Amino acid sequence: MSMNTKPMKVKENLGYRVFTVCNTIIMVLIVIATLFPFLYLVSQSFSSDKAIMAGEVGLIPKGFNIDTYLYVLKGEFLKYYGNTIIYTLVGTVSSLLFSAMLAYPMSKNELKFNKFLTPFVIFTMYFGGSLISNYILVISLHLKDTIGAFILPMMISTYYVILMKSFFQGLSKELEEAGEIDGLSKFGVFWRIALPLSKPIMATMTLFYAVMYWNNWYQAFLYLRKDHWPVAYFLQTIIRGAGANDADAQTVSANIKSCAMVLTVLPIICVYPFIQKYYVQGMMLGGVKE
Amino acid sequence: MSSNRRGLAMGPTQNKQTFGKHMGKYWQLYAMLIIPIIYYVVFRYIPMFGNIIAFRKYRAGGNIFGDEFVGFKYFKQFIGDKTFWRAFANTLTLNISYLIVRFPLTLIFALLINEIRNVHWKKFVQTVSYLPHFISIVIMCGMIKELVSTSGPINNLIAQFGGEKISFISEAKWFSTIFITSGVWQSLGWGTILYLAAMSNINPSLYEAAAVDGAGHFKRVWHITIPSILPTITTLLILDIGGLVGSGGAFEKVYLLYNPMTYETADIISTYVFRMGIGGGNFSYATAVGLFEGIINLTLLSIANIASKKLTDSSLW
Repeated sequence: MSMNTKPMKVKENLGYRVFTVCNTIIMVLIVIATLFPFLYLVSQSFSSDKAIMAGEVGLIPKGFNIDTYLYVLKGEFLKYYGNTIIYTLVGTVSSLLFSAMLAYPMSKNELKFNKFLTPFVIFTMYFGGSLISNYILVISLHLKDTIGAFILPMMISTYYVILMKSFFQGLSKELEEAGEIDGLSKFGVFWRIALPLSKPIMATMTLFYAVMYWNNWYQAFLYLRKDHWPVAYFLQTIIRGAGANDADAQTVSANIKSCAMVLTVLPIICVYPFIQKYYVQGMMLGGVKE
Repeated sequence: MSSNRRGLAMGPTQNKQTFGKHMGKYWQLYAMLIIPIIYYVVFRYIPMFGNIIAFRKYRAGGNIFGDEFVGFKYFKQFIGDKTFWRAFANTLTLNISYLIVRFPLTLIFALLINEIRNVHWKKFVQTVSYLPHFISIVIMCGMIKELVSTSGPINNLIAQFGGEKISFISEAKWFSTIFITSGVWQSLGWGTILYLAAMSNINPSLYEAAAVDGAGHFKRVWHITIPSILPTITTLLILDIGGLVGSGGAFEKVYLLYNPMTYETADIISTYVFRMGIGGGNFSYATAVGLFEGIINLTLLSIANIASKKLTDSSLW
């Protein structure tokens, strides 16, 4: 729109100019409102506990120090951070692999089985086991206290499979056929031709799945003992604070909480802007829904 | 007649041949499906059928499909339970008020972003607005608690204007405000993606023609932009309505933000299911409630889907 209205400058009346100014102000306010909680956390993490308790800390740290960071980075926090990194790596790789292995055959119209497979997969988006039956399943599979309890319940997301399927359907048939003529098997075509052409969707899916594992606390809360906690659940126990109806909870001062939260969101903040082009495209593939 | 008979006789063998041929050609694709299909059976369909324990008594460590049939016993129990109806009402109230606030705001935000001329500024606003979508619900709730705490910035502001400090997180009447505001904060930017995509697909010549006809800027938005994205608006709205009874992503947020002091307004169906089932060990009872929620959801979504098909030609299935 911006492009095609530029030549129409003559038409710009006072009303529109007022609007542009207001719009810019609104956008600035939205940007501030979005970033404020993050900046406030950062400010708290560099402030002294005393200043926070007294309510003196705003966007600028008071009683500036980096001791909190040194303290957090020496403590058990690192262990949980390490767990999260392992879960995210293992989880994301298996999610990507198995989702692609499902989505690719689903994208082939000539596969007769798809008449059955597609509804079989999609139905699970609209109806499924309750909280309880999922819990009972994990317990009876003896997955408690294993990495499986953390990863398996959410390993393949049907919604993401649908996005991948739509992407695979848009791939050039000619290239795949050419691969087969050159002697590649069906799997070879998938591995050597389809996947390398699918970088945009694979980048999107990597981000989505990695964020999902990185942020997950719920499976840990249900199934994992303390040594195996990911950092997200560790954060939850310190945020909740002792005294709540939660045996794992512990009381920790606000600057330590803030510091741990900052360190946990940091990797996501550093990565997501660079894949923006891809995931915006990826979201459009699904057409609708989140 | 004879050809007919031959046809009948040939049928099965021919089918077998083509089936064999089909498998010969595509067996590798089928092989790829083995693990994913086992996964769906075990982790999606077994729990789905595990819902049967709503009708069968389940004992911890016993058969995961329950031990003995008890009929609608648990359904009768929760229908007579006031706490369940409170959770049901809260689910509806929270979801509906959240939808009413979030839906128009997202649309307006998308329209406003679309008006930004400076490409870099536009990209910056979009990038910043997507950020909250990627934040862990744990961290978001942690931030909320810091912001509304009695020594936090919001209470400081209130104090500065001479007001009384409020303990937002432990007062039932503030729960929906916290829930809705934080929800809008987290989803506003992400929600614009599909609208902006729809807007970028509008043919520029439409705007040019309208401009030649003397339509001002706002008229063009009203008569071209809005009608062009109307199908997207309808579809998204219908989908949202389909999810009104569902807990969707709300379970984790409510679970992390509520406490016994705010149950009155904050307890929703899924948190109730959780407390009854995993907290209290009443697995069958909690499953009955969960199943009830799931069925209402499916019904609402089906109705929404039919409506969507009729109105916009786009549907989920």
